[in-house]
Amino acid sequence: MSMTAYQALVRRDLQLFFRDRRAVLMCFAAPILIGSFFGYLFGGSGVTDTAKIPVAVIDEDGSAISRRLAKGMAEDKTLELRTVTAAEARTQIQSGKLTVAAIIPKGFGDLSGKALFRGSDKPQILFLYDPSHSAELAMVRGMFTQHVMESVTAEAFGNNSTVLDDSLRDATQAKGMNPDDQKSLVGMLTSLQQWSGRAKASGGLGSAGLTMPYSVKEEAVTGKKGGQYNAYGHSFAGMGVQFILMMGMEAGLVLLLQRQGGIWRRMRAAPLSRATIVAARVSSATIDAVVILLVIFGFAWLVFGVKVEGSMPGFLLIAVAIGRPVARIPSGRWLQSTARTASTRTPARTGISEAPIWPASFGSAGRS
Amino acid sequence: MLEVSGLHKKYGDLVAVHEVSFRAEAGETVGLLGPNGAGKTTTVAMIAGLLPPDRGEVRIEGRAVRGDTDPLKRKLGLVPQDLALHPELSALANLALFGALYGMAGASLKREMGAALELVGLADRAKDRVGTFSGGMMRRLNLASALMHDPQILLLDEPTVGVDPQSRNAIFTNLEELKRRGKTLVYTTHYMEEAERLCDRIIIIDHGKVIANDRLEGVRRLVPGVNLIEIEIENPGANGWYDGLREVAGIETVEMEGPKLRVGMSDLNRTAPEVLDWIRAHGYRYTHLATQRADLETVFLTLTGRSVRNA
Repeated sequence: MSMTAYQALVRRDLQLFFRDRRAVLMCFAAPILIGSFFGYLFGGSGVTDTAKIPVAVIDEDGSAISRRLAKGMAEDKTLELRTVTAAEARTQIQSGKLTVAAIIPKGFGDLSGKALFRGSDKPQILFLYDPSHSAELAMVRGMFTQHVMESVTAEAFGNNSTVLDDSLRDATQAKGMNPDDQKSLVGMLTSLQQWSGRAKASGGLGSAGLTMPYSVKEEAVTGKKGGQYNAYGHSFAGMGVQFILMMGMEAGLVLLLQRQGGIWRRMRAAPLSRATIVAARVSSATIDAVVILLVIFGFAWLVFGVKVEGSMPGFLLIAVAIGRPVARIPSGRWLQSTARTASTRTPARTGISEAPIWPASFGSAGRS
Repeated sequence: MLEVSGLHKKYGDLVAVHEVSFRAEAGETVGLLGPNGAGKTTTVAMIAGLLPPDRGEVRIEGRAVRGDTDPLKRKLGLVPQDLALHPELSALANLALFGALYGMAGASLKREMGAALELVGLADRAKDRVGTFSGGMMRRLNLASALMHDPQILLLDEPTVGVDPQSRNAIFTNLEELKRRGKTLVYTTHYMEEAERLCDRIIIIDHGKVIANDRLEGVRRLVPGVNLIEIEIENPGANGWYDGLREVAGIETVEMEGPKLRVGMSDLNRTAPEVLDWIRAHGYRYTHLATQRADLETVFLTLTGRSVRNA
C-alpha cells in the first residue's frame, strides 16, 4: 500500500467534508438542535419523577366512599388530579389538556358497598378519555380499581358502617339461594362482622379496609448503577448515529459526483491497489464519524451533563462500526465501476444491502 | 514506447472495440479519430488500465502492463474527458493530491506542481479555488494534473471538449511543448482540424474498428482526388463543355460549381499542367487558380460514407 497516496486520499476526503458547509451544518448543528429538542421533550436531564397523567375525578355522589376514593386518587404520585365538572372535563379532553376523567355517579357509595358481597346492582363509573391516550386509560382504570377497593372496604369495615349488617340481613333472608351456599355466605359475613367489631373496638385494621398485599420500590436502571437518568443521553445518541449515517450518504453522493467528473478514472489510472483506495475511504469516514460523535456528545456533556457511563472505547467503536459500512458504499461502487458502464450502475443497491448493519450499533451510546 | 495489440472489448452483444492495434514512439503524437461512440474512450480506458480488455494487451517499453499496481503505470498520464478536479480545493491542493497518487511528496512534489502550473499558464492562480476558474482554465489544470509524475506517455481523451478557441490554442501550445520534450501523446478527438494540427499519425476508428492507420499524408492519400485545383473560367461553354477533361490521364474528379471548375487529382506536379494545357487548347481562359488538399473530414467521409460530426 502506498502510504503517501493513502494519506493524501484521507486528507482529501477530510478537506472536502469540512469545507462543505452544508455537510458540516447537517452533521454537527442539526443533530445538536434536534437532540436538544427531543431530550427536552423526553424529560430533560436530572429527572427523578415520572411524568404525571392529567386526570379528573368528578364526584357526583359526595358520599364518604366517593370522597375517600377521590382523595386516594389525588394522593397517587403518578396522577395530576384536577377538579372540574363533567362538562369541563369533556371540553378539556377535546382540547388535549386532560387525558382521562372518571365520573362517580350519585348513589355510588351506597350501591358499591352492597355490591361488594352480593354482586348485583353495581353502580357504573363513566370514564371519558382521549382516544390518542388509550394506554393511559388502562393505567387510570387500574389505579381507580385499587382505590375503589380500598375505599369501599375501608368504609364497609369502618366505624358506624352498616354495610356488613345489611349484607348479613340480606343473605339470611335471601330466597331461592342454594342452602349450602347461603349457609357459607352467612357464616363468612358473621365472621367478618365479629372480626370487624373486634377491630373497631381496638381501632386497628377495620378502619383501613382491604389494602394492597405488597409494597413497591422503584429503581431506574441506567448505564451506571445508581446513575441518574438523562433523556438527553438517549436523544443525542440517536441523533449522533443518524447523522453519521447521513454523513455517509453525503460522502457517497460526493463520490458519485467525483466519479462522474472523472476523478475516479484518474485514481484508477494511478498505480494504486484497490485496497489502498478502500482503506483511505474507510479511514476518512471513520474519522468523520468519530469527530461527529465527539462534537455532539461534547456539547451534550457540557450543556446537559450527559455522561458516557459504560465503556469509552466501546463508545468510540460505535463510530468506527458505523463508519466502516458507510465507507464501503462508495468503495464497493468503485470496484463495480471497473466492469460496468454508468448506465448499469445501481446506486441504491449497495447501500441498502448494508443498511441492516447500521441499526446494530444504534442506541448503545449515550446512556447515562 | 507504447504498443497496443489486438485490444478487444465487448459489452453484451455490442463490440465496443475490435482488434485495435497501433504503436506510438517517443515524441510522436498519435490521433485516435472517430465520432462519438466509436470506441476511442474505451480504447484509452484499456490502455490506462481502467478497463480490462477481453483480448489483447498493452505494452510499454516492451513490457506488458499487469495489474493495478504495476509500476509501468507510472509512465502513463491520463487526461480524462471529464474534468477530474475538485472544485472545492485550490489548484495546488488538486495537484498535490494527484501527485501523491504516484507517491510524490516533499520537494519533488512542490517542484513538479510549480512546473506543471507554469506550463499551463496558471502559476498566478495556484492558490485559488478551482471552482472560480473558467472552463478553459479548468481544462488546462486537468492537463497539468496528469503531468505531475512526469509521465512518458500522455493519454488525452478529448481534452478540448467545451473549450473556447483561445483556451484550445493554449492547450495546443502546451501539447506541442510536451511533444518537443519527447513525450508520446495519444490524442482522441472528433475534431479533424485538431488532429491535423497536432498528430503525426492518424488512426481512424469507426464502430470500434480501425479503418485507417497511417501518417497524415498517407491517410490523405486514401481518398481519390486528394489534391484539388479550383479554376475560375472566364468563358465557360455550354453544358458538358469540360467532359473532355476526364480523358486526361491522372484526373480523378471533375465538376463545375458556378464559374469554378474543380478538378481532383493525386499527382499535382504531373496532372495540373496538363489540365491547364487542355483548357487553353480548347479556347477557354482562366482568371484565377487555387489549390486545396483533401482534409480529414473528407477522408472520414470517403472511408465511412458519413460525416464525422453526423456519425
